[in-house]
Amino acid sequence: MNGGGKIALYLGLAVAALLVPQVPFLQPYLIQFAFLWVMILFAMTWDVMGGQMGYNSFGNIVFFGVGMYATAVVQRDLYFTVEEYANVAGGEQAALTPAEYLTGLALGMGIGGMLAVLIAAVLGSGILGLRGHYFAICTLGLGIAAGELASGWDYIGAGSGLVTPLLPDALGERGPFFYYVFLVLAVITFLVLKRLYAGQFGLAINAIRDDEDKADALGLHATRYKTVAWCVSGFFLALAGGVFGNLVIFIDPTDVAFAGPTFGVWMVLMAILGGKGTLWGPVIGATVFHLTQEFFWTYLFGWQRVALGLLIVVVVVFFPLGIVGWLRERWPQRFGEMVDEDARRVQVSLEGER
Amino acid sequence: MGNLEILIQAPIFSVQLLIDGLLVGSIFALAAYGMALLWGVMNIINISQGDYVILGGYVTLTLYNAGIHPLFGVPVAAVVLFFVGWAIYRVVIFRVVDRDLFISILATFGISILLQQLMDQIFGADIQSAESGLGTLFLFDDRVTVGQIKLVALAVVIVVSVSLVLFFKRSRMGQAIRATAQNARAARLMGINTDRVYAMTFAMNAAICGAAGALVVMTWVIQPFIGLAYTIRSFMIVVVAGLGNIAGVVAAALGLGAAEQFAAFLLGAEFQIGFVFGLLVVILLVRNMNLKRQRRVLK
Amino acid sequence: MYRYLKSAFVALPSAALAMSLFGTAQAKVEGDTIVLGAALSFTGKYKTNGKHTKNGYELAVKRVNEMGGVKVGGKNYELKVVYYDDESTPARGAQLVERLIKQDGIQFMLGPYSSGLTKAMAPVTEKYKIPMVEGNGASRSLFNKGYKYLFAVLSTSEQYLAEAINLAAEQAKAAGKDPGTLKLALAVENDPFSQDIRAGVLDDAKKHGMKVVIDDKLPKELNDMTVTLTKVKALKPDVLVVSGHSKGAATAVRQMMEQKVEVPMFAITHCEAADVVGKFGPGADYTLCATQWAETMTYEDDYFGSASDYAKLFEKEYGYVPPYQAAESTASVLVWVDALQRASSFDTAKLRDALSATDMRTFYGNVKFDETGKNIAKPMVLRQIQGGQYKVVAPTKWASDKLVHPRPKWSER
Repeated sequence: MNGGGKIALYLGLAVAALLVPQVPFLQPYLIQFAFLWVMILFAMTWDVMGGQMGYNSFGNIVFFGVGMYATAVVQRDLYFTVEEYANVAGGEQAALTPAEYLTGLALGMGIGGMLAVLIAAVLGSGILGLRGHYFAICTLGLGIAAGELASGWDYIGAGSGLVTPLLPDALGERGPFFYYVFLVLAVITFLVLKRLYAGQFGLAINAIRDDEDKADALGLHATRYKTVAWCVSGFFLALAGGVFGNLVIFIDPTDVAFAGPTFGVWMVLMAILGGKGTLWGPVIGATVFHLTQEFFWTYLFGWQRVALGLLIVVVVVFFPLGIVGWLRERWPQRFGEMVDEDARRVQVSLEGER
Repeated sequence: MGNLEILIQAPIFSVQLLIDGLLVGSIFALAAYGMALLWGVMNIINISQGDYVILGGYVTLTLYNAGIHPLFGVPVAAVVLFFVGWAIYRVVIFRVVDRDLFISILATFGISILLQQLMDQIFGADIQSAESGLGTLFLFDDRVTVGQIKLVALAVVIVVSVSLVLFFKRSRMGQAIRATAQNARAARLMGINTDRVYAMTFAMNAAICGAAGALVVMTWVIQPFIGLAYTIRSFMIVVVAGLGNIAGVVAAALGLGAAEQFAAFLLGAEFQIGFVFGLLVVILLVRNMNLKRQRRVLK
Repeated sequence: MYRYLKSAFVALPSAALAMSLFGTAQAKVEGDTIVLGAALSFTGKYKTNGKHTKNGYELAVKRVNEMGGVKVGGKNYELKVVYYDDESTPARGAQLVERLIKQDGIQFMLGPYSSGLTKAMAPVTEKYKIPMVEGNGASRSLFNKGYKYLFAVLSTSEQYLAEAINLAAEQAKAAGKDPGTLKLALAVENDPFSQDIRAGVLDDAKKHGMKVVIDDKLPKELNDMTVTLTKVKALKPDVLVVSGHSKGAATAVRQMMEQKVEVPMFAITHCEAADVVGKFGPGADYTLCATQWAETMTYEDDYFGSASDYAKLFEKEYGYVPPYQAAESTASVLVWVDALQRASSFDTAKLRDALSATDMRTFYGNVKFDETGKNIAKPMVLRQIQGGQYKVVAPTKWASDKLVHPRPKWSER
């Protein structure tokens, strides 16, 4: 595809995305779309670590939860005391003005994002030293431990959960509001990652994926790049978490915030389904997954999770390249590459670590 | 720390916690040993480990509901799970054995979700248990109680461990498994059918887990979604004990069992699971720091 | 084969897209049918109680339709409920309630199972001004938020076991002791519903000046509570309160029996849902169980007759004795029917007003909502298991039998 065509494609997508809320027959589906953007955010941020850098994390959900709780706590503490909030939150007594709501949300997301970066930096210095399966299982433990800790901490509601403020009526319906907020967030994340992958940073983390020891020996500060990558991933995930708390309204520590068995696994699956280590793969994977999942949930009724388990096994075992990876294998020219076949195969293959 | 005071003033209760912890740990040891076996021989980390345990529990429960004494569940669950394990190997695992570790982790994760959901559909989400009817031992003026079933569990663990050691030392299959673990390619050159060895290993692991599950359902209660905690515990135990070291695995498992009971008593029951997973992170970090130091010395 | 698999991966999502976009658009009233909506737990940790809830709804719908349906504006309508599976997680629940309202056009909502899920859905129905009648979200924090479109037919959770504390205090006074000397132990699951029970118990304990010696939170993945019971043995409390849905009840009863833990009063929730009598037989005796409803109570209505008639009909239909979770759900549907007939309109604002003016008798108890939307016309009752039977022992108005207190020692049974 030439440069002009590419710009036309991006512009077309952007206009289409902006116009969706204006189309009458799509009105009822806006919240579904908002969830879709969240899924895309999940897959994109996971792919920074898992796809581009080869560090398969099961614990990225920690940042999502941290962002969600941080935002909710800021929104609560900015305008209420804890006791007051417990008694009035959510209903009309606690109605915030639009300015208050947006200030709380923005400030909360900012603090949540910074907190996530801090946690990624601190934990990263230790955990990112682990390799392969040790890293994967350690992060799995991290995600679950975070959920259990949140369930025991009374200040953030412990097991009773935390209710976030309602969207003020002046800001319009829930559908369009969350549609646009998540759309903006997803687009910004996509553009930032696209920029990062195109430059030195992208090359560096790809080098770490392909052979960390060699990269290290050649003078690449692997630890620094790994930590930065985790911080980037965590930052955007925390922002998404902050808004997600407001979308769902009720934050349960293990089922919504630190939802490892659902969101934590899905983000991995979506990235692989779309094609990990590619720019568009996570986006496509998340879209396909979200639609398929809605299909399962509606028509399989009770057996949907069984189907989900099957889907994971089938995708991982039979389809590890993902959709984009497969397309790239079929039509490499379309992806503007006519490189040495063997080298390319190594690059997109999941066998990278061997 | 009011809870600590109890233990200081009435140390007898720490005896209770210790005994319970050790007996709990002996069941962890079974699952962990299976995990070490898979990891050592096939280089697979099996996330669905805990779900085989729970499945073994449900097999026993089915017998119990049919009016058969649940103790028979130990061998029956082992046999049933052996075939389940064999089937899972033949359908999925053999495709991922030689591939990237992460693929096998994710594939077994998928199997784990699948098993959980199938158990949920078939047996229901409620907790269930099988009564062994063995009664309870009362020591120290009734202040320390030991369910006799827990002692039976300990005996089963010992029997299984000893027979495993003998199996690996004596039998041809055991030797083949050990050879494959040492060097799969060399073993293949020596005429060992490594595919069969892998299938056998995977099936044996499932069988061991099944026996453990039979003990779990008689000792506590089961529901379809508690498998992951057993997987993580097994992983921790293997990380601490190392591969191919059955004494180490048993010791680490007993230690973990006791540590958990004390942690739950002192910190409150709500932090028990959090403690296990937190401990995992700490153990891995400490291990990594040690490795780093060694590497630096080498440099 | 791989190639087919791969094309399936492209075909499946496209089909899914088509079906999820154009499949299920429905109106609130289709022809002669009034469509109610509910997101229930068909999978996950609340699955069993989700089933009780669904059976409760279905029985009511069936019975109402058999008796001629609902008369609105001079025309008879049949009832129908649209269900989705919320997988016992609030994230999914919030998504589904949007789907019910926006995509399926549901205007009349029935509640989910559990306080957590109700907490996730109520703000959304409130925002869209869709009335919801629920029978399974008991947390009192649902009713201090000023929700105008939420109506609950049940007693809120802080009342569940408060009666047990009062009972313990009465017994102490009768024995010539000061209730302030009683020691209280709590082991309560870490979820919104159970934590609310804890709050209620603590309030009442404070009133009597009782001392709380154990206050454990049970994990959601509970399968062993030996540690808490060891504390009970060490500290010898006078009252032990356990709450943690069905699994908490079953685990507690089993391990109390196995470890022969002696405590004068042992009060729990969810006895019936966990079927502790069926599972543990005599081991469950003398346990105090909080219940919203009992089939021995003397309430009546036109649809089901008396409470025990309801129990019989339910057992005939589904093969087990209805736990109160099912009765609550049936009552929720009856409240909707009553409101629809009185309002004689499908306008949600009018229906809301009709709901808030509800004052009716059902087999489940009287229903009358206060301004926060909770039912104030019905008490909680406390039953004690005696010889494998549930006997109502408190409050006095409904008591059929006397409380056995303290619990006989295990060695004397």
